[in-house]
Order: sequence, then structure tokens, then C-alpha cells
Amino acid sequence: MDKIYVSHNSIVSCLGNDSQTVIQKIKDGVSGLQPVNDPKLLDQPLCTSQINIEKIPKTIRGKAKEEIFTRLEHMLLNSLGKVIQASKIELTDRVGLIISTTKGNIDVLDDDNPFPKERAYLAELGKVLKEFFGFRTHPIVLSNACVSGLLAIATAKKMILQGDFDHVFVTGGDLASKFTLSGFRAFQALSSVPCRPYDKNRSGINIGEVGTSALVTKDDTKLAREAVIILGDASCNDANHISGPSRTGEGLYRAVKLALKEAKLQPKDIDFISAHGTATQFNDEMEAIAFNRLKLQNTPLNSLKGYFGHTLGASGLLETIVGMHSLHQNTVIASMGFEEIGVSQPINIIRRTESRPMDTFLKTSSGFGGSNTAVVFKKVAE
Amino acid sequence: MEALKEELKSKIIEQLNLEDVSVDEIADDDPLFGDGLGLDSIDALELIVMLDKDYGIKLADPKEGKKIFESVGTMADYIAQHKTK
Amino acid sequence: MMKKKYCISSYCHIRDNTISLNGKTIYTGQHSDLKSLTKSAYRHFDIDYPKFFKMDNLSRLGFLAAEILLTNEGVLPENEEDIAIVLSNRASSLDTDRKHWESIRDSHNYYPSPAIFVYTLPNICIGEISIRHKLYSENSFFIFDEFNPNHLFSYANGLLDTEKTRKVLCGWVDVDGPVYKAFLYLVGKEGPVLHSIEEITRLF
Repeated sequence: MDKIYVSHNSIVSCLGNDSQTVIQKIKDGVSGLQPVNDPKLLDQPLCTSQINIEKIPKTIRGKAKEEIFTRLEHMLLNSLGKVIQASKIELTDRVGLIISTTKGNIDVLDDDNPFPKERAYLAELGKVLKEFFGFRTHPIVLSNACVSGLLAIATAKKMILQGDFDHVFVTGGDLASKFTLSGFRAFQALSSVPCRPYDKNRSGINIGEVGTSALVTKDDTKLAREAVIILGDASCNDANHISGPSRTGEGLYRAVKLALKEAKLQPKDIDFISAHGTATQFNDEMEAIAFNRLKLQNTPLNSLKGYFGHTLGASGLLETIVGMHSLHQNTVIASMGFEEIGVSQPINIIRRTESRPMDTFLKTSSGFGGSNTAVVFKKVAE
Repeated sequence: MEALKEELKSKIIEQLNLEDVSVDEIADDDPLFGDGLGLDSIDALELIVMLDKDYGIKLADPKEGKKIFESVGTMADYIAQHKTK
Repeated sequence: MMKKKYCISSYCHIRDNTISLNGKTIYTGQHSDLKSLTKSAYRHFDIDYPKFFKMDNLSRLGFLAAEILLTNEGVLPENEEDIAIVLSNRASSLDTDRKHWESIRDSHNYYPSPAIFVYTLPNICIGEISIRHKLYSENSFFIFDEFNPNHLFSYANGLLDTEKTRKVLCGWVDVDGPVYKAFLYLVGKEGPVLHSIEEITRLF
């Protein structure tokens, strides 16, 4: 079976407009989360990592003008453009595009938004990206709640193995919009201060935003230095509740077990876990239970939500990219916001960013609809 | 008070889409969650919105809901004492 | 590598006030909207699942089609069958997104509802089907501007070839205002219809 890699990548966020800059900021312990008090966004103070759209370059190849692209499209065009450029891959009919998003251009529903309401259809977002870059294949939009970003990588792998494509560009993004914030507020899940995954004093989630992209490919000749091999992936549903995480961590437990099986690895072979860690009471508890059932309680683990907030449909992809750089630089990243364990089962939360030789990591995501995805990645041997 | 209880029963049925339940099937002290009406976590959040929207009561801490939403009776007591509209 | 062949064992349509199973009409009514159609079909098929009435239109539509199809296949929750779910549509959850939007557009009448918001993700429909039939397997929800049989075909084959699942419940479940359509089919090793792009296109 062909080896499938995640290679060139980019992160457009309030911490910077490329992966290198963002990773350096994270290593320096800088969080993108800022308190915001904007009644147009939410009727109460919140904490988020909004992108200042003025700060991302407006023109790629001289075509992108602000008035013809929405805020999210700017984020994605920018991020995807960098990856296409870095990969030097010609966009033939062997090259696919997967867009991972939960809500796409949902902000166009707003009466003040100048764009036509039709732009809220997710396939429209696909068309914009396809036409801008000249993709020859039909864009595939994946909208599977908060596992979308990680599932998009697994989907790209499956499609390459199935012979549909040789390379797939995966791009993910969601807005920290009035639409989404109001919903999480109704769920009483929002924290007005920076989130603290797994901490005793955690008070909920922050919604953040990034535009992020990566190349998934079977071609090992032009890989980025931080490229990783996808060793195994699996997704499992909790079959329990549409919003509440399973009390037994069932879906996550099954997904990790199957991903490890495909990777032909034992729990002890995993050097660190980049977990979901939203900092809600129930999510973090569910993960602690699942990781204990999996005998992964001693494996170093972080949540990156303390740096970016929960970036929804982008989060799994964003956190995979950070994990890739983390492996490449042999650096474990501290789980920001964590001080004292606040889940009922022991887990080994990374407290300090430090050097450590590493080879493999496990990325997990869980989301509404009972969805859970787990993917095991390994460094490309040098 | 009786009127408020009746009002709450029909509101619960309507807003939580309890299609096969009628007002006279809900006793004042029937537990709303668990074995009673079988409401779940989303219903609890929906009841918090109902308190706010219909009675002008904002719960400072959602955990308070647990006691308030024990039954129609406890809800009615709380609303009678705290309502602002 | 020689590609394995799979079959479609059952399929179900819900469109134009009509529900059909394997091409035969099993319910038809005169309903002005999807809500009333799904409610009356729920009664007609004697389904006992009160949570159905909490679902939004997209979930009701997908749930109902899956219920009819999987019941016909003898799928029982207690068997926890290994069935993946791969759905697709055009409008994502926009039908419910608009309702959530209405609840927040006016700052003086701002009451976002958790029971509506939770359905502003298309894969909640997959979650509802998974809960009902105790399906713990892979799920994905894809959005296309029109029905994409090539993608569904290849994706289902991939899941079956790699033995990630034994069967795949595939299809299209779309609700956009008054317009709706569901077409679900079950792919596995056995069945009367060959699993091919031509057959999927023809059945749709």
C-alpha cells in the first residue's frame, strides 16, 4: 500500500500568516486569544482569536480584491495559495481539493453583509477556490462538525489510496461569527476568559478563527521538511447523544483503537497526543476517560485551544500542522492554560514547552453529532 | 399559581416538542428529567432560554437550573418569586 | 490489485410527498410541507421514538429514510452492526441555519435557542441515525452543488476495501425551504443491484 504524507502547509491566524511564524509564537508561549467586547458580535464579553483581515495580504497573483471575496474566502485563498505555491504541483485532473468547514460564509446571512445570501451555500465557497486557483477537479466540501479538519486529512488519504487523486489540497476555515458565538452562548459553553483545557478552574470554550491548508500526497520526492506519514486513521460515532460527549468516551476510544491498529502501533509507541481539549466540563472529562481506557494516560498530551481557541472546522487540520512542526523540531508544546488537573482520571498534560526526541503523534478530534476522529502520524525518516 | 403551572406545562410540551404528551399527563411534582418526562441536556438549556424570554429571569449560573427544573412545581415557585415580566 | 465488487441491497426515496422502498411506493400523502409529511409517515409506519419530534427537517428526513431502509434490512440496535454512514447534500443545514439566524438578528429580541442551534450542522442527521440504530462506525457529510455519484461510489468502496466497515449507508438528504429530497442506499457484499456509478445515478 502506498504511503500517504501530509506535507506543505500554512496557517493564517492572528498569530501570523504562515506556519513558521505561528509555531515560533506558540513555542514562545504567546496566545492569540484576546478579550473582545463587541455587541455586534455577542451580547456579552468574550475571548477570541479573530483575524485582522487588514493584516493578511490582499492580493495573491494580483487577483484577490477585497470587494469580490468574503472574509473567510480571503483567509482560505491566502492560506491555500501559499501551499499550492510551495508544493510546485500543477493542478491537473489528478489533484483534488477538500474544503473543511462547519459554517462557511455563514456571515452573509447578516443584513449588513454586502454579499449575496447565496454565498452561504458551501458549494459556492468551493467554486470560488476552484476558479481562483484553476483546479481541474470538483471541490469536495466536508462538513462534519468539529472533526471536519482531521477527517479531511483522513478523507484525502482514502481518496488517494482509492486512486481518485495523486495529491489533495486540504483547506479548512470557519469564522468566529455572531452566528456561531450566539449558539455556543445558548449552550452556556463560552468562557469570557482564555480557556483552560483540563484545568480544575476551566470555565468553557473560546471560539477562534484560522484559515489553514496542507498538501496530502503520495509523492515522496518533494516533501516539506516537517512532512509526516499518515500511519492510521479512524472515525467512530458515540451513538449516544447529538451534543453531549459520551460519558464513557466510547466513540473516541473506538476511533483511537482502530487508528492504532491500522498504524500497527501500541499505545506505548505514541510520543505525544494532540487532543481536542475544548475546556468544557464534559469534553475534557470524556477524553480523560477514553485515554485511560486506551492506556494512554501517561502519554504526554496537549490541547492547543489555549493558543487559538476552538477553530471549529479548521481545528483538526490546524492542530495536525502544529503537531507536524512539533515533531520536526522535537519540541513538545505546553498545553496553555493548564495548572491543576480538573478531570476525574489521570492524564499527562504537558506543562512546559521543551525539547524531546519524538517520532510519532496521535491527533484526536471530537464534535457535535457524536463524531470522533483519530489519526496517527509519524515523522518521515531523514 | 395553578394558572402558572398549567401555562408551564403547555409551554414545556410545545417548546420541547413533546408530541405525545398532554397537559393532564404531567403532574406538578413529576420529575422533568431522568425517568420522568425524560428531558435531556439540550432541553435543560432550552428551559433556561424560556425563563429569560418569557419571564425575564436570567440565571447567573446554569447549575442553578438543576434545582429549579426538578418539576413543574419547583419551576412555578421559582418563576413566581423571580419574574420580571 | 483487482478491485472488489459490491452490491446495493436496499434503497429508499422520499420526495414529492411520496416514500418508496426499492422502487415501490410505500407511502404517499397530500402534505403542504415536509414537517407534516414526516410526522404523518412516522405515524403510518408506527415508529416509536419520541425524539423524532425534536429533530429539524433535515434530520427527520434522513432519520425516516434510514429507519425504513434499515428496518427492511433487519438491522437491530442490539446487534450494533458495523455500518458506516456517508451522506451528502447541497444546502448543508441552511434550512435550520436561517431559523437560528432569525432568533439572533434583532438585538432587542435576541434569544438563540440551543435546540435549534444544535441542528445547524448537517452531520447531526448522521448522529441521529447512529443513535437510533447504535451504529458506531465511520461517518462523513459532504456538500456538493449537485448529486455526486462518483464521489459516493469511490468513498464507499474505499471504506469497504480497507475493511473499515462491513456496510455503508450512503446517499443524499437535502432540505432547502420547501424543497426536499432523500435517497439512501445500503452498500455491502450482497444485494440485487450492482454497486456502480451507473446504477447509483439511475436510482437517484
